[in-house]
Amino acid sequence: MISVKNLTKAFGSNLVLDNVNEHIAEGEKVVIIGPSGSGKSTFLRCLNMLETPTSGQIFFHGEEVTSKKANLNKIRQEMVMVFQHFNLFNNKTVLKNITLAPVKLGRMSKHEAEETAVRLLERVGLADKANAYPAQLSGGQKQRVAIVRALAMQPKVMLFDEPTSALDPEMVGEVLSVMKELAEDGMTMVVVTHEMGFAREVADRVIFMDGGGVVEQGPPEKIFTNPESPRLQDFLSKIL
Amino acid sequence: MEKFKTGIYQTFVLNDNYMYFVNGLKITMLVALFALLIGLVLGAAISIVRSAHDQQGEGKKNPVLGFFNILCQFYLTVIRGTPCMVQLLIMWFVIWASARSTEKNMIICAILTFGINSGAYIAEIFRSGIMAVDKGQMEGGRSLGLSYASTMKNIIIPQAFKNAIPALGNEMITLVKETSIVTVIGLKDLTKGALIIQGNTFQALIPFFAIAAIYLSVVLILSWIMSNIERRMRKSDQR
Repeated sequence: MISVKNLTKAFGSNLVLDNVNEHIAEGEKVVIIGPSGSGKSTFLRCLNMLETPTSGQIFFHGEEVTSKKANLNKIRQEMVMVFQHFNLFNNKTVLKNITLAPVKLGRMSKHEAEETAVRLLERVGLADKANAYPAQLSGGQKQRVAIVRALAMQPKVMLFDEPTSALDPEMVGEVLSVMKELAEDGMTMVVVTHEMGFAREVADRVIFMDGGGVVEQGPPEKIFTNPESPRLQDFLSKIL
Repeated sequence: MEKFKTGIYQTFVLNDNYMYFVNGLKITMLVALFALLIGLVLGAAISIVRSAHDQQGEGKKNPVLGFFNILCQFYLTVIRGTPCMVQLLIMWFVIWASARSTEKNMIICAILTFGINSGAYIAEIFRSGIMAVDKGQMEGGRSLGLSYASTMKNIIIPQAFKNAIPALGNEMITLVKETSIVTVIGLKDLTKGALIIQGNTFQALIPFFAIAAIYLSVVLILSWIMSNIERRMRKSDQR
């Protein structure tokens, strides 16, 4: 579904991604772990071109995302992202946050979008917050709204960029359980996270990144119980 | 006390002198209002060009945008770098030199000058408002497939406008007071009215304090309006 070929990204002289090759299949749940500065967030942000790669190619459903002619707005509608800092629209109510993009982009009528929004909000337990502004929500609630907003686009892939890193510990659970539900429904997901429990439970494949490249990858059982590379062993010994 | 009474009488009652204040205030407000409208339109356009230019990714600068950005920067430098009074003198005595000295011509000239002048300041006020909006707001919009223009229009500009309101109110107040320099081209605004009364009656204290009080009242009313707008727009920030 997503193919990454020789992806390189440098910020000035700082090489963040060094020749990364990867393939993500339809329905797959990929969790990317690694120390900070390893390039995992940049990798994710390159997938939907929020960062422009320095070189290399990315294909989504056979279409080259990195091409100058690519219709990025169209691609992003199918490959939505959930951010660490939620990035909800501060000037819009929760309902408006969710319906804005589907309506403006002509994917749904206003009425349809609102029905979808209410249904999804009910699913994540926030139906009563439809008319609240983001400033009135807790972090966990904001992130659940952000997930609903992404979901309302009926995307083919969802990218999660450290979705629980900015949350109070007691709010992490509520966001992860929504994500688990999504995974069970068969959504293709690429998740950058430090939640190893989530990785173990949900991931089909765990990718360990360090120094701008993929160091080791495999099914979670293998990565967590039988890591091969010394760098991964070191990383796991520090966090587990 | 007797002197004070004479002052009041000569300033306001004699020869219907109060009409100088009434008509002067009308002209002051007319010039300020339309100049503000021009300033808002100019400022919005320039701030959008400037921030759109600055927000481009590295190594993919649009040359057309670059050209307009340079044009905008030139305008900002010249207008902010020279006194408003000098701009007014140039506009009236040089650029409009052939125009007849009718009140209508002077008003149009004043409106244009102040509009162009405040446009430069409002542009920077709006730009700071745009820059103050969290980068994540743009990313949030773009990540859902909204275009740059659509995200600007629906998400960034409404928030930027809210950010800009206190500084915008400040600019509005400055503009109203700054219009008093139209006296140099002979336009009979509020300040000119007081000068005429002084010339006719040799009264200084009462006419000048009177216009000071009038300017102050106008500013107080404007501040009150702005703080109301600000409060209303802060609705989405309440917890």
